[in-house]
Amino acid sequence: MAYKQYILVCGGTACESNRGIELFAALKKAVEENGLVNDVQVVRTGCLGFCEKGPIVKILPQDTFYVEVKPEDAEEIVKEHLVKGRVVSRLLYDKNQSKRNVGIEGIDFYQKQFRIVLRNCGVIDPDKIDEYIARDGYKALEKALFEMKPRDVIDEVSKSGLRGRGGAGFPTGKKWEFAAVQPAGQKYMVCNADEGDPGAYMDRSTLEGDPHSVLEAMAIAGYSIGADTGFIYIRAEYPLAIQRLENAIKQAHEYGLLGKNILGSGFSFNIEIRLGAGAFVCGEETALLASIEGKRGMPSPRPPFPAVKGLWGCPTVINNVETLANIPVILLKGNLWFSKIGTATSKGTKVFALTGKINNSGLIEVPMGTTLREIIFDIGGGIRGGKAFKAAQTGGPSGGMIPPQFLDTPIDYENLSKIGSIMGSGGLIVMDEDDCIPDVTKFYLDFTVDESCGKCAPCRIGGRKLLNYLANICNGEGKLEDIDKMLAISEAMSRASLCGLGQTASNPVQSSLRYFMDEYREHIVDKKCRAGKCKNLLSYSINTEKCVGCTACARVCPVNAIAGERKQPHVIDSAKCIKCGQCFDVCKFNAVNRS
Amino acid sequence: MTDSSATAAACGCQCDGASSETELAAGLDSIIGEYRDKPGGLIPALQTAQALFGYLPEEVIRKIADGFGKPVSEVAGVVTFYSFFTLHPRGKFVVRVCLGTACYVRGGKEVLDAFKKKLEIDVGETTPDRMFSLEVGRCFGACGMAPVVMVNDDVYQRVKPALVGELVNKILSGTAAAEVKEMA
Repeated sequence: MAYKQYILVCGGTACESNRGIELFAALKKAVEENGLVNDVQVVRTGCLGFCEKGPIVKILPQDTFYVEVKPEDAEEIVKEHLVKGRVVSRLLYDKNQSKRNVGIEGIDFYQKQFRIVLRNCGVIDPDKIDEYIARDGYKALEKALFEMKPRDVIDEVSKSGLRGRGGAGFPTGKKWEFAAVQPAGQKYMVCNADEGDPGAYMDRSTLEGDPHSVLEAMAIAGYSIGADTGFIYIRAEYPLAIQRLENAIKQAHEYGLLGKNILGSGFSFNIEIRLGAGAFVCGEETALLASIEGKRGMPSPRPPFPAVKGLWGCPTVINNVETLANIPVILLKGNLWFSKIGTATSKGTKVFALTGKINNSGLIEVPMGTTLREIIFDIGGGIRGGKAFKAAQTGGPSGGMIPPQFLDTPIDYENLSKIGSIMGSGGLIVMDEDDCIPDVTKFYLDFTVDESCGKCAPCRIGGRKLLNYLANICNGEGKLEDIDKMLAISEAMSRASLCGLGQTASNPVQSSLRYFMDEYREHIVDKKCRAGKCKNLLSYSINTEKCVGCTACARVCPVNAIAGERKQPHVIDSAKCIKCGQCFDVCKFNAVNRS
Repeated sequence: MTDSSATAAACGCQCDGASSETELAAGLDSIIGEYRDKPGGLIPALQTAQALFGYLPEEVIRKIADGFGKPVSEVAGVVTFYSFFTLHPRGKFVVRVCLGTACYVRGGKEVLDAFKKKLEIDVGETTPDRMFSLEVGRCFGACGMAPVVMVNDDVYQRVKPALVGELVNKILSGTAAAEVKEMA
């Protein structure tokens, strides 16, 4: 049955946790109460990307895009918009949008985006395989099985120029080929969904919004390398993604798109889900395989590469979620179409999780070669509160900090590595003048030290030493000669560590020393933290001329270090002060000085 | 390791000791039976066992090692490697403050400090009344709503340090859900 109108409700994690579940129920109820069940369908979709303004509701066919919708708004949307056809303008992104321009075309966030990986996110109900099929789902698998030899599939992927989206950017076709040329026998296809980089959630959103695209791609990969078994290794922290995957696998089996003798082709493929147990290093492929085998997730030296000797000693291909989600499109549209998108060496698009001090945080997909300035200022709407941009961080704890002078560099694998960062999985964290570079660097080292598996010395000892130097610098106890030592240790770690975690753990240190040396010097020589983050380097006082004696600071001070009568200027007792900064935050008269 | 008992009666909660103890033992046997012969079945078995017991006491680890025909050291090695597994009972409410990068730059550390102060425990500890455990998360993938806190399976977004006390009280009285998520 075709419906006249559709209400799409974002079912991504950010929206659901912001009363999105309640909103979905309220909309369903309102549709029922107004007697519209036969005309209007309420659909819970995957992530629409614009997390900042969630929960998002989209009405089709008008394409009306409502933001920050509350359950209480459901009744009005149904009565006004669906029944009377009047747009509820107070819920539009731009309240002054003209009546004809109420969709995403009026929203900067969606301009310059180009969706391949996220093509179905926010469009289909991820729990219904029919909706995926209606959008050409499983057609690529059918094409591969009946019109192409395994060799042709690999050629197509190789020619497209697709490179791994999870980290170093290894050509996907080449990886498949390595496994394909191994002697026939047991082989495995593994999907790496152990998205551990803090600040990255593109794989989560893809799996939650379009799980079948990954299943289809895994079956295609299995066919081309000769594997009949696939594993999806996914973090236990992603319950919704796991649930949708389980459901998708079940449905694909029912439709004969997974399991024995798929579509009568003679090719069989099964997929099993394995849950991660909270170890960042398991995103590294050899560690991931150890974990699937039920062992401590520690990496092993390569070669032999997993494509030759992987899971239980068998040839194994490991691709990440975003890489896989590209595959069905490449097969259907052809390598020529795909390779026209992007730059000379980096083809296609990249999904970024745009977060931090940015106005429009959310999930975006842009062609390779888009500049940081376009991402941060055009799509992201610039820095929160009109503050100054300080740095962008890509690649999580393995990446580097990119200073303002590179805002116009087109982003691709090569350019990012030239400026000291990496593509990584696609977290893009924006920092402003209030973020302290040594402090953020310390944060990353704290992370990698905690997550280092301890197997090899450069990572285990080097990381700890770097963290100690950084902690000293932030505490005002750093020495200038520490910087040379940090550089030497960083170099040793990148050269001598066993796996990607250790090899890249010093990237935040190296890149921040390269671009923000003046901030390190200030901490070490002048004992100052210009961002006001390093507590030991701060002191607080009250400007008696500006203080009106509202007592807000005295009430919020956790150690009673602030004294003063009502309507009289207050004073901070610096001996008692623990420099928590709450008085600074709470003062409405800018009377608290921090220096 | 002093978690000497896996028995329900010793756990100090309101569950009724004896009958559930046999149930738990039977549950563990069936978990071992289900995963013993599966390649790589150890980690799923431990995950399921932890879901059943709430944590992994020494007895359970020994029993699983027995069942899988592996040395206890190997199983304990796996358990202690992964942060998901815990050797100690956790509180009724597990508070996980996200310290992923986005949350960190938007004040996650201050939120964590506020929880430490309010609950009077450090990260990895449980309150004496077994109501709250405090943990740190590495990224829940809700970065757009930073800083976020997960309490059991619920995500609270844009949490402000000053309102943490109120949040804790509301969780205790069971009225947290709708209101506090409106913190923004």
